Amino acid sequence: MSENSKAQVILPSDHEVRVVRAFHAPRDLVYKAYTTPALLQQWLLGYPGWTMPVCDMDLRVGGAYRWRFRSIEDDKEFGFHGEYRVVEPNRRIVHTEYYDPGSFGGDMGNGALVTIELTERDGVTTLSTLMDYYTKEARDAAVATGMTDGMEMSYQQLDQLLPELETVS
Amino acid sequence: MKASDRLDATFLALADPTRRAILARLARGEASVAELAEPFSISQPAISKHLKILERARLISVGQAGQRRPRRIEPKALADASLWLERYREMWDMSFKRLDSLLGELQGKPAPQVEERAKEPEPRTRASSRPAARPRRRRRRGSG
Repeated sequence: MSENSKAQVILPSDHEVRVVRAFHAPRDLVYKAYTTPALLQQWLLGYPGWTMPVCDMDLRVGGAYRWRFRSIEDDKEFGFHGEYRVVEPNRRIVHTEYYDPGSFGGDMGNGALVTIELTERDGVTTLSTLMDYYTKEARDAAVATGMTDGMEMSYQQLDQLLPELETVS
Repeated sequence: MKASDRLDATFLALADPTRRAILARLARGEASVAELAEPFSISQPAISKHLKILERARLISVGQAGQRRPRRIEPKALADASLWLERYREMWDMSFKRLDSLLGELQGKPAPQVEERAKEPEPRTRASSRPAARPRRRRRRGSG
Protein backbone atom coordinates (compact mmCIF):
# COMPACT_ATOMS: atom_id res chain seq x y z
CA MET A 1 0.00 0.00 0.00
CA SER A 2 2.94 2.33 0.25
CA GLU A 3 4.42 1.89 -3.21
CA ASN A 4 2.87 5.17 -4.20
CA SER A 5 3.99 7.26 -1.28
CA LYS A 6 6.73 9.10 -3.15
CA ALA A 7 6.22 11.57 -5.92
CA GLN A 8 8.23 10.96 -9.06
CA VAL A 9 9.90 13.92 -10.71
CA ILE A 10 10.69 13.49 -14.38
CA LEU A 11 12.28 15.86 -16.88
CA PRO A 12 10.51 14.94 -20.14
CA SER A 13 12.25 17.67 -22.12
CA ASP A 14 14.64 20.51 -21.36
CA HIS A 15 11.84 23.00 -20.67
CA GLU A 16 9.39 20.80 -18.77
CA VAL A 17 9.11 19.01 -15.47
CA ARG A 18 6.52 16.38 -14.61
CA VAL A 19 5.49 15.34 -11.12
CA VAL A 20 3.59 12.07 -10.77
CA ARG A 21 2.00 10.71 -7.61
CA ALA A 22 -0.58 8.01 -6.87
CA PHE A 23 -3.33 8.30 -4.25
CA HIS A 24 -5.53 5.69 -2.66
CA ALA A 25 -8.74 7.46 -3.58
CA PRO A 26 -11.14 7.59 -6.48
CA ARG A 27 -10.40 10.03 -9.24
CA ASP A 28 -13.39 12.27 -8.63
CA LEU A 29 -12.30 12.78 -5.05
CA VAL A 30 -8.75 13.76 -6.01
CA TYR A 31 -10.23 16.14 -8.56
CA LYS A 32 -12.45 17.60 -5.87
CA ALA A 33 -9.47 18.12 -3.56
CA TYR A 34 -7.63 19.85 -6.39
CA THR A 35 -10.48 22.11 -7.47
CA THR A 36 -12.33 23.02 -4.28
CA PRO A 37 -10.71 26.09 -2.71
CA ALA A 38 -11.55 25.13 0.88
CA LEU A 39 -9.84 21.77 0.32
CA LEU A 40 -6.90 23.03 -1.72
CA GLN A 41 -6.12 25.51 1.06
CA GLN A 42 -5.60 22.57 3.41
CA TRP A 43 -2.95 20.76 1.45
CA LEU A 44 -1.25 22.74 -1.30
CA LEU A 45 1.15 24.37 1.12
CA GLY A 46 4.55 22.90 0.31
CA TYR A 47 6.97 23.28 3.17
CA PRO A 48 5.54 23.70 6.66
CA GLY A 49 5.09 27.22 7.95
CA TRP A 50 2.86 28.60 5.24
CA THR A 51 -0.86 29.19 4.82
CA MET A 52 -2.94 29.87 1.74
CA PRO A 53 -5.20 32.79 2.67
CA VAL A 54 -6.41 33.46 -0.87
CA CYS A 55 -7.65 30.74 -3.18
CA ASP A 56 -10.04 32.03 -5.85
CA MET A 57 -10.78 29.66 -8.70
CA ASP A 58 -13.22 30.32 -11.50
CA LEU A 59 -12.96 26.84 -12.91
CA ARG A 60 -14.08 27.13 -16.52
CA VAL A 61 -12.31 27.71 -19.80
CA GLY A 62 -11.17 31.34 -19.79
CA GLY A 63 -11.81 31.62 -16.05
CA ALA A 64 -9.11 33.01 -13.79
CA TYR A 65 -7.59 31.75 -10.57
CA ARG A 66 -5.57 33.46 -7.91
CA TRP A 67 -3.64 31.77 -5.15
CA ARG A 68 -1.79 33.57 -2.42
CA PHE A 69 0.54 32.08 0.17
CA ARG A 70 1.56 33.67 3.45
CA SER A 71 4.41 32.85 5.80
CA ILE A 72 3.28 32.22 9.36
CA GLU A 73 6.61 33.44 10.63
CA ASP A 74 6.92 36.86 8.99
CA ASP A 75 3.66 37.40 7.06
CA LYS A 76 5.49 37.60 3.77
CA GLU A 77 3.34 36.72 0.79
CA PHE A 78 3.60 35.59 -2.77
CA GLY A 79 1.15 34.12 -5.20
CA PHE A 80 0.30 32.52 -8.48
CA HIS A 81 -2.38 33.47 -10.92
CA GLY A 82 -3.46 32.42 -14.37
CA GLU A 83 -6.28 31.32 -16.58
CA TYR A 84 -7.89 27.97 -17.31
CA ARG A 85 -7.42 26.77 -20.87
CA VAL A 86 -8.92 23.29 -20.62
CA VAL A 87 -11.31 21.98 -17.99
CA GLU A 88 -12.38 18.35 -18.34
CA PRO A 89 -13.90 17.41 -14.97
CA ASN A 90 -12.19 14.48 -13.24
CA ARG A 91 -9.72 14.13 -16.09
CA ARG A 92 -7.69 17.09 -17.12
CA ILE A 93 -7.03 20.75 -16.41
CA VAL A 94 -4.71 23.00 -18.35
CA HIS A 95 -3.93 26.43 -17.00
CA THR A 96 -1.39 29.18 -17.37
CA GLU A 97 0.63 30.15 -14.34
CA TYR A 98 2.29 33.42 -13.48
CA TYR A 99 4.20 34.22 -10.35
CA ASP A 100 3.28 37.20 -8.22
CA PRO A 101 6.28 38.05 -6.02
CA GLY A 102 4.23 40.02 -3.44
CA SER A 103 6.37 40.95 -0.44
CA PHE A 104 8.36 37.75 -0.77
CA GLY A 105 10.11 38.72 -3.96
CA GLY A 106 11.52 36.82 -6.86
CA ASP A 107 10.52 36.55 -10.44
CA MET A 108 9.66 33.73 -12.77
CA GLY A 109 10.12 34.92 -16.28
CA ASN A 110 7.34 34.15 -18.68
CA GLY A 111 5.30 31.85 -16.51
CA ALA A 112 4.35 28.31 -17.26
CA LEU A 113 1.66 26.18 -18.83
CA VAL A 114 0.47 23.56 -16.37
CA THR A 115 -1.34 20.37 -17.39
CA ILE A 116 -2.92 18.27 -14.65
CA GLU A 117 -4.12 14.79 -15.57
CA LEU A 118 -5.92 12.19 -13.49
CA THR A 119 -6.19 8.50 -14.25
CA GLU A 120 -7.74 5.83 -12.05
CA ARG A 121 -7.03 2.14 -11.86
CA ASP A 122 -8.19 -0.31 -9.20
CA GLY A 123 -9.16 2.50 -6.88
CA VAL A 124 -5.78 4.19 -7.16
CA THR A 125 -5.67 7.58 -8.81
CA THR A 126 -2.53 8.81 -10.47
CA LEU A 127 -2.08 12.54 -10.57
CA SER A 128 0.32 13.88 -13.16
CA THR A 129 1.30 17.54 -13.24
CA LEU A 130 3.28 18.67 -16.24
CA MET A 131 4.79 22.13 -16.07
CA ASP A 132 6.09 23.69 -19.24
CA TYR A 133 8.26 26.71 -18.47
CA TYR A 134 8.93 27.39 -22.16
CA THR A 135 12.69 27.70 -21.66
CA LYS A 136 15.31 25.54 -20.05
CA GLU A 137 16.53 28.44 -17.90
CA ALA A 138 13.09 29.07 -16.41
CA ARG A 139 12.50 25.34 -15.87
CA ASP A 140 15.83 24.88 -14.15
CA ALA A 141 15.27 27.92 -11.97
CA ALA A 142 11.85 26.63 -10.92
CA VAL A 143 13.16 23.20 -10.04
CA ALA A 144 16.26 24.58 -8.35
CA THR A 145 14.11 26.46 -5.84
CA GLY A 146 13.17 23.04 -4.55
CA MET A 147 16.69 22.81 -3.22
CA THR A 148 16.16 25.67 -0.84
CA ASP A 149 15.97 25.02 2.84
CA GLY A 150 14.93 28.43 3.99
CA MET A 151 16.45 30.76 1.44
CA GLU A 152 16.44 30.50 -2.26
CA MET A 153 18.93 28.11 -3.73
CA SER A 154 20.16 30.09 -6.65
CA TYR A 155 22.51 29.00 -9.31
CA GLN A 156 25.22 30.93 -7.54
CA GLN A 157 24.78 28.75 -4.50
CA LEU A 158 24.76 25.71 -6.69
CA ASP A 159 27.99 26.90 -8.24
CA GLN A 160 29.51 27.09 -4.78
CA LEU A 161 28.17 23.74 -3.73
CA LEU A 162 29.39 21.70 -6.66
CA PRO A 163 33.13 22.44 -6.33
CA GLU A 164 32.82 21.66 -2.63
CA LEU A 165 31.40 18.28 -3.44
CA GLU A 166 34.12 17.81 -5.97
CA THR A 167 36.92 18.32 -3.50
CA VAL A 168 35.27 15.83 -1.18
CA SER A 169 35.19 13.06 -3.74
CA MET B 1 33.68 23.26 -17.21
CA LYS B 2 31.76 25.52 -14.84
CA ALA B 3 29.69 23.71 -12.27
CA SER B 4 26.41 25.00 -13.65
CA ASP B 5 27.48 24.00 -17.15
CA ARG B 6 28.25 20.60 -15.80
CA LEU B 7 24.78 20.28 -14.37
CA ASP B 8 23.46 21.27 -17.80
CA ALA B 9 25.60 18.58 -19.39
CA THR B 10 24.30 16.07 -16.86
CA PHE B 11 20.69 16.85 -17.62
CA LEU B 12 21.27 16.83 -21.34
CA ALA B 13 22.86 13.43 -20.97
CA LEU B 14 19.99 12.14 -18.84
CA ALA B 15 17.31 13.44 -21.18
CA ASP B 16 17.64 10.44 -23.49
CA PRO B 17 16.11 7.01 -22.72
CA THR B 18 18.95 5.07 -24.39
CA ARG B 19 21.51 6.89 -22.30
CA ARG B 20 19.51 6.24 -19.15
CA ALA B 21 19.38 2.58 -20.08
CA ILE B 22 23.14 2.58 -20.59
CA LEU B 23 23.58 4.10 -17.14
CA ALA B 24 21.25 1.53 -15.65
CA ARG B 25 23.35 -1.21 -17.24
CA LEU B 26 26.61 0.33 -15.99
CA ALA B 27 25.17 0.65 -12.50
CA ARG B 28 25.41 -3.16 -12.41
CA GLY B 29 29.08 -3.14 -13.38
CA GLU B 30 31.51 -1.96 -16.05
CA ALA B 31 30.98 -3.02 -19.65
CA SER B 32 32.59 -2.71 -23.06
CA VAL B 33 31.07 -0.72 -25.90
CA ALA B 34 30.09 -3.96 -27.64
CA GLU B 35 28.42 -5.26 -24.49
CA LEU B 36 26.56 -1.98 -24.08
CA ALA B 37 25.40 -1.99 -27.70
CA GLU B 38 24.07 -5.53 -27.46
CA PRO B 39 20.64 -4.94 -25.90
CA PHE B 40 19.88 -1.99 -28.17
CA SER B 41 18.82 -2.21 -31.77
CA ILE B 42 21.18 0.55 -32.78
CA SER B 43 24.66 0.54 -34.26
CA GLN B 44 27.88 0.62 -32.30
CA PRO B 45 28.78 4.09 -33.66
CA ALA B 46 25.41 5.34 -32.41
CA ILE B 47 26.16 3.86 -28.99
CA SER B 48 29.59 5.49 -29.06
CA LYS B 49 27.94 8.83 -29.65
CA HIS B 50 25.72 8.32 -26.60
CA LEU B 51 28.77 7.28 -24.59
CA LYS B 52 30.59 10.42 -25.59
CA ILE B 53 27.74 12.57 -24.28
CA LEU B 54 27.71 10.59 -21.03
CA GLU B 55 31.47 10.99 -20.75
CA ARG B 56 31.31 14.72 -21.31
CA ALA B 57 28.80 14.94 -18.49
CA ARG B 58 31.22 12.85 -16.42
CA LEU B 59 28.47 10.36 -15.78
CA ILE B 60 30.75 7.62 -17.01
CA SER B 61 34.48 7.16 -17.42
CA VAL B 62 36.67 4.98 -19.59
CA GLY B 63 38.85 2.41 -17.93
CA GLN B 64 41.94 0.72 -19.28
CA ALA B 65 42.17 -3.06 -19.09
CA GLY B 66 44.68 -4.24 -21.66
CA GLN B 67 43.08 -3.83 -25.06
CA ARG B 68 39.66 -3.38 -23.50
CA ARG B 69 38.40 0.03 -22.61
CA PRO B 70 35.45 -0.71 -20.37
CA ARG B 71 33.01 2.02 -19.45
CA ARG B 72 32.10 2.49 -15.85
CA ILE B 73 29.60 4.65 -14.05
CA GLU B 74 30.73 7.75 -12.15
CA PRO B 75 28.18 8.19 -9.40
CA LYS B 76 29.07 11.74 -8.43
CA ALA B 77 27.54 13.61 -11.34
CA LEU B 78 24.40 11.57 -10.94
CA ALA B 79 24.31 12.32 -7.23
CA ASP B 80 24.58 16.06 -7.90
CA ALA B 81 21.70 15.87 -10.34
CA SER B 82 19.51 13.76 -8.12
CA LEU B 83 20.05 16.04 -5.13
CA TRP B 84 18.68 18.87 -7.21
CA LEU B 85 15.56 16.94 -8.13
CA GLU B 86 15.25 15.27 -4.75
CA ARG B 87 14.67 18.57 -2.98
CA TYR B 88 12.04 19.54 -5.47
CA ARG B 89 10.38 16.16 -5.04
CA GLU B 90 10.39 16.48 -1.25
CA MET B 91 8.63 19.81 -1.49
CA TRP B 92 5.82 18.25 -3.49
CA ASP B 93 5.67 15.29 -1.17
CA MET B 94 4.95 17.55 1.77
CA SER B 95 1.83 18.78 0.00
CA PHE B 96 0.89 15.32 -1.21
CA LYS B 97 1.12 13.80 2.27
CA ARG B 98 -1.41 16.38 3.43
CA LEU B 99 -3.55 15.43 0.46
CA ASP B 100 -3.31 11.76 1.50
CA SER B 101 -4.71 12.66 4.92
CA LEU B 102 -7.40 14.84 3.44
CA LEU B 103 -8.50 12.16 0.97
CA GLY B 104 -8.59 9.68 3.84
CA GLU B 105 -10.83 12.00 5.84
CA LEU B 106 -13.11 12.62 2.88
CA GLN B 107 -13.50 8.87 2.47
CA GLY B 108 -14.17 8.49 6.17
CA LYS B 109 -11.15 6.33 6.86
CA PRO B 110 -7.71 6.92 8.24
CA ALA B 111 -5.22 8.00 5.63
CA PRO B 112 -3.00 5.12 4.51
CA GLN B 113 0.39 6.76 4.46
CA VAL B 114 0.29 9.52 6.97
CA GLU B 115 2.45 7.70 9.46
CA GLU B 116 5.51 7.81 7.25
CA ARG B 117 6.93 11.23 7.72
CA ALA B 118 4.11 13.62 8.22
CA LYS B 119 4.02 13.02 11.96
CA GLU B 120 7.71 13.45 12.54
CA PRO B 121 8.69 16.81 13.96
CA GLU B 122 9.34 19.28 11.22
CA PRO B 123 13.02 20.00 10.73
CA ARG B 124 13.70 23.48 11.99
CA THR B 125 15.44 24.56 8.86
CA ARG B 126 12.24 24.08 6.97
CA ALA B 127 10.29 26.50 9.08
CA SER B 128 10.85 29.47 6.86
CA SER B 129 11.22 27.59 3.65
CA ARG B 130 9.33 28.32 0.54
CA PRO B 131 5.89 26.89 0.45
CA ALA B 132 3.58 25.85 -2.31
CA ALA B 133 3.74 23.37 -5.04
CA ARG B 134 5.65 25.38 -7.52
CA PRO B 135 7.57 28.05 -5.74
CA ARG B 136 10.43 29.60 -7.43
CA ARG B 137 12.64 32.53 -7.15
CA ARG B 138 14.57 33.27 -10.21
CA ARG B 139 18.25 33.59 -10.08
CA ARG B 140 19.24 37.15 -9.92
CA ARG B 141 20.92 37.91 -13.14
CA GLY B 142 24.05 39.94 -12.99
CA SER B 143 26.47 37.40 -11.72
CA GLY B 144 26.96 36.34 -15.27
